[in-house]
Amino acid sequence: MSVQKKKARAGFFIILPSLAFIGIFVYYFIFLTIRTSTSNWNSFSSLLSGEYKFIGLRNYQRLFNDPRFQTDLWNTLFFTLFFLAGCIILGIFLANIIDKKLRGSSFFQNLFLFPMAISYVVTGTVWGWIFAPGNLPTSPQGINLLLENLGWSNLQWMWYTSTQSIGNFNLALIPVIIAATWQMSGYVMAMYLAGLRAIPEEMIEAAQVDGSTGTQLFWRIKMPMLRPITLSAMIVIGHMSLKIFDLIYAMTGSGPNNVTDMPAIYMFEQMFRSNRYAIASAIAIIMLIMVAAVIIPYLYSSFRGER
Amino acid sequence: MKKLVGIVLLSVLSFTMIFAQSGQVEIFSWWTGGGEEEALLATIQDFNELYPNIQVINATVAGGAGTNAKAVLKTRMLGGNPPDTFQVHAGWELTDTYVIPGLMEPLTEYLKAWRVYDKFPEGLIDIVSYQGEVYSIPLTVHRSNVVFYNKKLFNEIGLTKEPQTWNEFIKALEKAKAAGYTPLALGDKNKWPAGQLVENLMVAEFGAKNYNDLFNGELSFNDERLDSTLEKMVQLMDYVNVDHAALAWQDAARLLYEGKAVFNLMGDWAEGYFKTLGLIPGEDFGWFELPGTQAVFVLVSDTFGLPKNAPNRENALIFLKYLASTRAQSVFNPIKGAIPARIDADPGDDPYLIETAEDFRTLIISPSIVHGSAAPEAFVTSFNDAINNLVTTKNVKQAKQMILWAAEDVNLLTD
Repeated sequence: MSVQKKKARAGFFIILPSLAFIGIFVYYFIFLTIRTSTSNWNSFSSLLSGEYKFIGLRNYQRLFNDPRFQTDLWNTLFFTLFFLAGCIILGIFLANIIDKKLRGSSFFQNLFLFPMAISYVVTGTVWGWIFAPGNLPTSPQGINLLLENLGWSNLQWMWYTSTQSIGNFNLALIPVIIAATWQMSGYVMAMYLAGLRAIPEEMIEAAQVDGSTGTQLFWRIKMPMLRPITLSAMIVIGHMSLKIFDLIYAMTGSGPNNVTDMPAIYMFEQMFRSNRYAIASAIAIIMLIMVAAVIIPYLYSSFRGER
Repeated sequence: MKKLVGIVLLSVLSFTMIFAQSGQVEIFSWWTGGGEEEALLATIQDFNELYPNIQVINATVAGGAGTNAKAVLKTRMLGGNPPDTFQVHAGWELTDTYVIPGLMEPLTEYLKAWRVYDKFPEGLIDIVSYQGEVYSIPLTVHRSNVVFYNKKLFNEIGLTKEPQTWNEFIKALEKAKAAGYTPLALGDKNKWPAGQLVENLMVAEFGAKNYNDLFNGELSFNDERLDSTLEKMVQLMDYVNVDHAALAWQDAARLLYEGKAVFNLMGDWAEGYFKTLGLIPGEDFGWFELPGTQAVFVLVSDTFGLPKNAPNRENALIFLKYLASTRAQSVFNPIKGAIPARIDADPGDDPYLIETAEDFRTLIISPSIVHGSAAPEAFVTSFNDAINNLVTTKNVKQAKQMILWAAEDVNLLTD
């Protein structure tokens, strides 16, 4: 046996325990969830009876006919879209400012990164206070009070308790998106900053010697170089957003008529309040598919890149 | 050698002796906040004075209204690792989830042996029973059809008499609105406070007996009185603070404390909350039953059950017997701000609690929906969703349809 083969074999044995654990605790459990989602286990007694009765995709069918779940899917779509866009745009913007190495930039770098260290529950509670509308128009609270003191009472609004919507986009999501963006944009900034600092100085200097302006430098040199960063940021923020629970649960409950409801919240209620295990598992599987739709193309492209 | 054998024998003996008198008992609850935790700790301390050798393991799980605790409990019950006894709301929350699947031990014979079976009102025994057997021992009783009001504002807007009828109530709300106050404080961020309002309107509209029959399967949900209930709720929404969806029940109660709102319908745990804020019952705030429900006691009760295969069954029974005693009920309840479930226990010296304890002895008892006593948990979640939809869209027809679907889902729709 060659040395290389020996090494490979040793390596295989070293990762074997992890493989086994992942196999059981990830893939086998995913399989169990799929199995539950196609069962009739929609009460504690049917679950305890242990008798598995296959009912096909009926739980999924029921979900897609459920107006609340339809709202959840639209909310997830819009939340993900705006949360992603907000984090990436703000992240690039902040990273470019910090990268100029002005005085105090390292202080601001830490300041922007700081929200990421806070739990979503805390963020949700605090932003919940900030955006609490107060009893309009007589006694506004939070931002509405600030607006009143600034003389901009006409901008006062119901924020996350608003039931207005444009198409399927519930405007009550806006404050939630702001809070989420506040939390994660610092992290995206840090990713971009690392990317910007990895661009060779010579390249920038060469471009400058050739007479390119700041904007050209940004769009023609920096942005293409940062493309992999954008992709990873989209993956990280995207999968967080698809499974978001704690921020919204703490901030809005799920809003009047579920305007800020998300699949994870619905899953929690179905599972632990209503004892509808099969329905809850179906929601979990739908969430898994949504996350997989984001992650798998990324894994595929990075796998191809390595080869 | 003899000495050694003696020492060994002695130590074995003493070990078994300690073991015989002692051991542990694990009590599972969600009492982690405010007066609840104090009440629980005081009760455990009192229990330890009686049984110094039984070590009480206080397993509490924090989280509003037991949401997290219930999830943990379900996992433990499913995994075959039950606590020795656990807190649960009287009625369907226990029956549907644990009794019907056969996870609980009936307690009727113990209650009779301890001579306490007839110390609880019949209506309450009915709620904690399934097929003639009692499955949990009631410790505390709360009433949830009480409207609290700020006495100062009440007088200021020119009200002299507590409203007795629906029309008087609406007139009072109208007066409060005209004076620029929030007439009825509501905080339904967590959905159930709006559902609680509706269930009380249902009691008023159907009457206690018919309301109870809805959940016995003797009366169908598909009833015109459900429409008129929902219409009344829509009518009430004109008098509610506009930011109700951003507030929890405590925030709504606070509006009354801060002198911004006149009325607040809430379970009487709000009474305890007002007292913690420094208000004096009868002086700073008053109370009356929601008009139409004067003759009814809408009940939320905390009880303790005995799971099958409880690891320390003997100690659990000792603890349950203790909880059923007037001694334990009088220690626990005044601190929590509830009345004892036993009619012969001392309710303390709070004027509200004395009055409520008297009502509890004499009135008809109806179980609360949103607190899990009247219907299975699956119904409660859907019911809350329907009401949440109603207060947002004011669409009575749609809300009724949602309630009917929910009832059908748990086999409560009888026609």
